[in-house]
Amino acid sequence: MQKETLLAQAGSRWDEKTGSVSMPIYQVATFRHPALGESTGFDYSRSGNPTRNVLEDVMARLEGGRRALAFSSGMAAIDCLMRIFKPGDHIIVTEDLYGGTFRLFEQYKNFGIEFNYVDTTNIDEIVAVKKDNTVALFIETPSNPILKVADIELLARFCKENNLLFIVDNTFLTFFYQKPLQMGADVVVYSASKYLSGHNDVIGGIIVTKDDELGEKLYFFQNSVGGIMSPFDSWLVLRGLKTLHVRMERQTDNAERIAKFLENHKNVLKVYYPGLQTSPWYNVLKKQSTGAGAMISFEVDNPDKVSRILSNVKVFLFAESLGGVESLITFPSVQTHSAMPEELRNKLGINDRLLRLSIGIENSNDLIEDLDNVLK
Amino acid sequence: MKIRTKIIHSGKDIDEYTGASSIPIYQVSTYAQKDPINLGKYDYGRGDNPTRHAVEHVIAYLEGGKSGFAFSSGMAAISSVFLLFKSEDEIIVTQDVYGGTYRVLNTIFQNWGLKAKYIDMTDVSNIEKHITNKTRAIFVETPTNPLLKIIDLKAVNEIARKYNLITIIDNTFMTPYLQRPIEFGFDIVIHSATKFLGGHSDLIAGVVVIKDEDLSIKMRRIQNSFGAILGPMDSFLLHRGIKTLGVRMEAQQKTAYELAKWLKDKRGIKKVYYPLLDEHQGKEIHLKQSDGGGAVLSFEFENFDVAYKFMKNVKLPLLGVSLGGVESILSYPASMSHAAIPKEERMKLGITDSLVRLSVGLEDIDDLKEDIDIAISQALK
Repeated sequence: MQKETLLAQAGSRWDEKTGSVSMPIYQVATFRHPALGESTGFDYSRSGNPTRNVLEDVMARLEGGRRALAFSSGMAAIDCLMRIFKPGDHIIVTEDLYGGTFRLFEQYKNFGIEFNYVDTTNIDEIVAVKKDNTVALFIETPSNPILKVADIELLARFCKENNLLFIVDNTFLTFFYQKPLQMGADVVVYSASKYLSGHNDVIGGIIVTKDDELGEKLYFFQNSVGGIMSPFDSWLVLRGLKTLHVRMERQTDNAERIAKFLENHKNVLKVYYPGLQTSPWYNVLKKQSTGAGAMISFEVDNPDKVSRILSNVKVFLFAESLGGVESLITFPSVQTHSAMPEELRNKLGINDRLLRLSIGIENSNDLIEDLDNVLK
Repeated sequence: MKIRTKIIHSGKDIDEYTGASSIPIYQVSTYAQKDPINLGKYDYGRGDNPTRHAVEHVIAYLEGGKSGFAFSSGMAAISSVFLLFKSEDEIIVTQDVYGGTYRVLNTIFQNWGLKAKYIDMTDVSNIEKHITNKTRAIFVETPTNPLLKIIDLKAVNEIARKYNLITIIDNTFMTPYLQRPIEFGFDIVIHSATKFLGGHSDLIAGVVVIKDEDLSIKMRRIQNSFGAILGPMDSFLLHRGIKTLGVRMEAQQKTAYELAKWLKDKRGIKKVYYPLLDEHQGKEIHLKQSDGGGAVLSFEFENFDVAYKFMKNVKLPLLGVSLGGVESILSYPASMSHAAIPKEERMKLGITDSLVRLSVGLEDIDDLKEDIDIAISQALK
């Protein structure tokens, strides 16, 4: 079955009792046992909740994995994943990654886990920092906010040869455009707050594993630590998934037009969008993804213009987050990436001229006009 | 089983499928069918929804009726009940009925030829002289809103039986926790479930409970055809609210009774209306048919000026429309619940410009007293 079909009918066939085509929201803590030593399969909602479980099953299937787990935020998902590591482990990470992930990893240093942040689009940098105690590679591709694209197959081969766990944050493109597990990744993580739910109304995170063994291990942590996604939020994500394909297609189409517009604008110095043929990552993206997504970053010619742009946009909303039906504009150096040291920010190009756009499903001409007005 | 247990264990409080200790929220419009001819029990969300059915079951069970129906508002519930009648029919209605009921009867249903006669039912002998061969029903509120007059349910029902009339009661103020009119023979019980049943001022809902099978069939047809149903999320919230109905009602009415006794001796206050006060004319009848005085009281100031200043100065109870929530709510019937009644009529009923209504919440009584005390002193300055 095609992904569009699976998406449209996410959770539609679960309820045998009534035939309800919408998954019921099991807003419940506990379940009655039929008798001593018997269970309906559900005992306590932290351990398993029908609404959350359906979302998890749907995600595992769509991502092409064996097991999925839903969490109360993207950070809670990554935090759960980190619990499989132990003191002395070393992890190689994409250098321009989401600031919140960076902040979380910095906390794990207290538990004796080491991190190296490198440009994961360049395998030489990875090879250079790899040590005997390296256990995992964690990448974002496209990265945030510079939208560099790493070669997933190449890195998967490297990980396999060196026995590293390969983790891909697939938030920006989602399984709709990119399926890292099929290219050799072991785990995919998501902020479900973004494209998966897609309406800027949920905070959530999801992990999908390639095999059952790691899935079971992570489930143990999910249940023990308890950073689970609530029933109502699980239902909202399921509801969001039903339109993922139409949203993604429209958002990507809009983004392509806007990226081209920005590329030709005289007050724009640089445009970062992997779907532009002029992008250095265009070819690798084409090879591994079926779409470029709806995130664009760009540099304006003068940093003094930034605050004026942010206060004068009329269609774009000046807000953090991304992936929703509404277009957002963000100033990464002080918002999403403020937790990152300035030195690293500057090296990456996250400077005071850089703005990030999350393109929504509005009319592209309105969005272009809005940008044109504020860029003047 | 006692009512406080019945509230928690209604028989529809557990999901049969998974054992979940609360009914799932079926946020759904349609149900997949196994057979094209023989449709399953569930076919479309307007007619059937498991979340709504659960709360309908609970309210019917608590009221002691055959069936329950949940609507998108108290007025949707009341209006759906009026759809049982036809042009030329007459209904006899309690005089100081809720303003919204008055409005829908005197505008929409009057245009359709349904006639309402408003009469003082505190003396039930009044009722009989207004019955004609077109009279079909008696519609009662007791205690009434906002003056908390008491109507004898048993006596009203006896008259209704004699003339073969349907008896309807708006039981919003008492809830089945305190008063179960079906035990006195009433045919239809209505609630604004927005109030004490929901109890948290976070939803708008209405319910209808029907005593017998025949009227139930008619009501089900109206609910499904007219379609003013309660949504799944609100059904869930209402069900959740009902679980604490007993503890809320007990605490709220205890504070209300204390406040009523305390207020009647306060300077600046002319009169306090509360069914359990010794001077209340209906006290004896009320205690015969109810298990408590409820959590709503009204009081009248010396004049409009004092009442106005009091309402401006009071801080704890929120000033607003509605009642029955965990937070105390102070209302001004003249401009709020009874604004739809012409001033002349309103004054005649005793709903003067100096009258305020207090729905007592779950706050500490000492804090409420202190707040009211200060507001009255300031108003009298």
